[in-house]
Amino acid sequence: MGKQIVIDPVTRIEGHSKITIFLDDKGEVQDAQFHVTQFRGFEKFAEGRPFTEMPALTARTCGICPVSHLMAGAKACDALMAVQIPRTATHLRRIMNLAQIVQSHALSFFHLSSPDLLLGMDSDPAKRNIFGVLEQQPQMARDGVALRKFGQQIIEMLGGKRIHPAWVVAGGVAEPLTAEKREKIVAMIPDAMAIIQRTLDWYKDTFEQFRTEIRTFGNFPSMFMGLVTPHEEDEHNALLEHYDGVLRFVDASGNIVLDNVDPTRYLDHIAEAVEPFSYLKSPYFKSLGYPNGIYRVGPLARLNIIDRPGTPKADQEWTEFRALRRGVLLSSFHQHYARLVEILYGIEKIEQLLNEPDILSKHVRAFAKPNKHEGVGVSEAPRGTLMHHYKIDDNGLITWVNMIIATGHNNLAMNRGVAQVAKHYVKGSKLKEGALNRVEALIRCFDPCLSCSTHALGQMPMRIELLGPGNELLDHVQRA
Amino acid sequence: MNPSAQKTLSVKTLQINGKDVSAREDQTILDVARENGVFIPTLCNLDGLTPVGACRLCLVEVKGSRRLLPACITQVQDNMEVSTNTETLVKYRKMILELLFAERNHVCSVCVSNGHCELQAMAQKLGVDHIRYPYLYPKLAVDASHDRFAVDHNRCILCQRCVRVCDEIEGAHTWDVQGRGTASLVITDLNQPWGTSESCTSCGKCVQVCPTGTLFEKGRASGEMTKREFLPYLTLMREERV
Repeated sequence: MGKQIVIDPVTRIEGHSKITIFLDDKGEVQDAQFHVTQFRGFEKFAEGRPFTEMPALTARTCGICPVSHLMAGAKACDALMAVQIPRTATHLRRIMNLAQIVQSHALSFFHLSSPDLLLGMDSDPAKRNIFGVLEQQPQMARDGVALRKFGQQIIEMLGGKRIHPAWVVAGGVAEPLTAEKREKIVAMIPDAMAIIQRTLDWYKDTFEQFRTEIRTFGNFPSMFMGLVTPHEEDEHNALLEHYDGVLRFVDASGNIVLDNVDPTRYLDHIAEAVEPFSYLKSPYFKSLGYPNGIYRVGPLARLNIIDRPGTPKADQEWTEFRALRRGVLLSSFHQHYARLVEILYGIEKIEQLLNEPDILSKHVRAFAKPNKHEGVGVSEAPRGTLMHHYKIDDNGLITWVNMIIATGHNNLAMNRGVAQVAKHYVKGSKLKEGALNRVEALIRCFDPCLSCSTHALGQMPMRIELLGPGNELLDHVQRA
Repeated sequence: MNPSAQKTLSVKTLQINGKDVSAREDQTILDVARENGVFIPTLCNLDGLTPVGACRLCLVEVKGSRRLLPACITQVQDNMEVSTNTETLVKYRKMILELLFAERNHVCSVCVSNGHCELQAMAQKLGVDHIRYPYLYPKLAVDASHDRFAVDHNRCILCQRCVRVCDEIEGAHTWDVQGRGTASLVITDLNQPWGTSESCTSCGKCVQVCPTGTLFEKGRASGEMTKREFLPYLTLMREERV
């Protein structure tokens, strides 16, 4: 039995977790585990509730991504009612979903990860935060705040409030968009566009410095999964899709493994395993089995599986991004880059949608009683594919719920990534600050949302422990 | 028509919070207080329905009485000295609201009546910022068997407005109360699923008078259950017709 290093808590992520690093007798890193230490139970306590309550109820899974849960939840309810929601409602839901992706990506990139990128992985931890960024490059910190505000304000204008808007409902949305609000959003777009282009230019000049991190941060072959636009007629024309569409699975060489999969049939291809060391389940690709069926979701996966994003500026940036490597990009470090490209896409797409001729239509909701006993809603959250699956009784009361959250899909990949980073940076039985930060930074690449992924009762931030041959604690780091 | 209006009513004079007021002998303390712009909180009380004194929020102090008296069902008397806002009353009213919250599972954030709930509004008005009592977390089912309406007992404060409106205004008496104390539940007919009730006319009056999200129209999402104030018009029209 070797030694163990424990990082507890892991900082600058959404939620509570710890990392254990196992050392062998020679003090070399043998393996590592990423533990999610919170438990919640949404799937259980939703039982017996009216299905119409589900979008608002499941949105409470998370204060960062309530909008994503509203989307998947409302889509599952549409399926229970067996209605096709009005076109304008789809546009409006899409705009809110993209605004959510822009604000969440901005939070991940600027607030959580830019301190590592700008100040360096080994810089003083006391300054390695958004305030350190503000000191050294005030423009960048301000840009981060402004971009987040852009997304949040769109959500607020559409839904009435920034966090947990009750506007996305079964059958569509509660209120149409007014001409005045449309004008306001349109007027905010040029500034947001300038910020993201400035940030992309900076990032493209900078990321080469992180060659070692790119090589070691979750850089391994795996499958990638995500939604793409339906493309049955032309298999080379699958565009970026965050709200609807079909599932596509791509392997580590970029070959399409499964295409045009109806998302409601997700259980045909995905199963969930449970490990005793974490409250987070480990979904895997069924035909490869557990744990070989490892796949990744999220910004990197989405950009890996598509044939192009589908908006002019994002198409250009995507081409440059994918040229970094032949085939698909395997390093999870590139999630940062992918996030920036997706922000650009999001802003372009929001503008396109606001110019749809029927965007101000007052017909934004379909009404119906439940017409089916089972409904699935799948959408792309900032962190990846989000699945809500409900069953109801004759009266519309929930009898069964299954939710697979983006961070869950990435669980196996995060565990493998932690082991890879630890093997490269952790030496001996003492924990060096820079090495620890890199282990955490790997997790930050995935921008996991642990509150969501366990639908859990949370209390504890992250911790790293180093355990010796007899499982004795050699060293640990805890950041509250 | 109110039969008491036909005979001559004597006038009573009393004091509310030190101010001299006059009232008809058939009025309650609550009636007189409202006429004179004095705020007394209520939840179970509703104009047009017989007062029952169920929620106890309208308790007031009357000089010479050792008990606190519910203003909604206490008739005025000559020379009464009523206090409506003493330290004791403020304390008890908050306590009553906290106990109501602790008794059932009131989750405002996902409730159909969020933002339009009388219990929520009253808690905000009276400054209830936390609950000092352990929650009971009763396991109560939702009855969604009715075609148009549902009842979620988790949000019920047992005000009996539904029971009274169904009996006194609609005349169906579909609703009643079973059990005792915190185990009480509003029931339809002989405690059977609402959808199977023979007496229910599906008029929806009970839904409209419910102060919380207990009774609601199916299909409403969080915060979407707004209610119409139909009762004053209805009672007025009926009085005129007599």
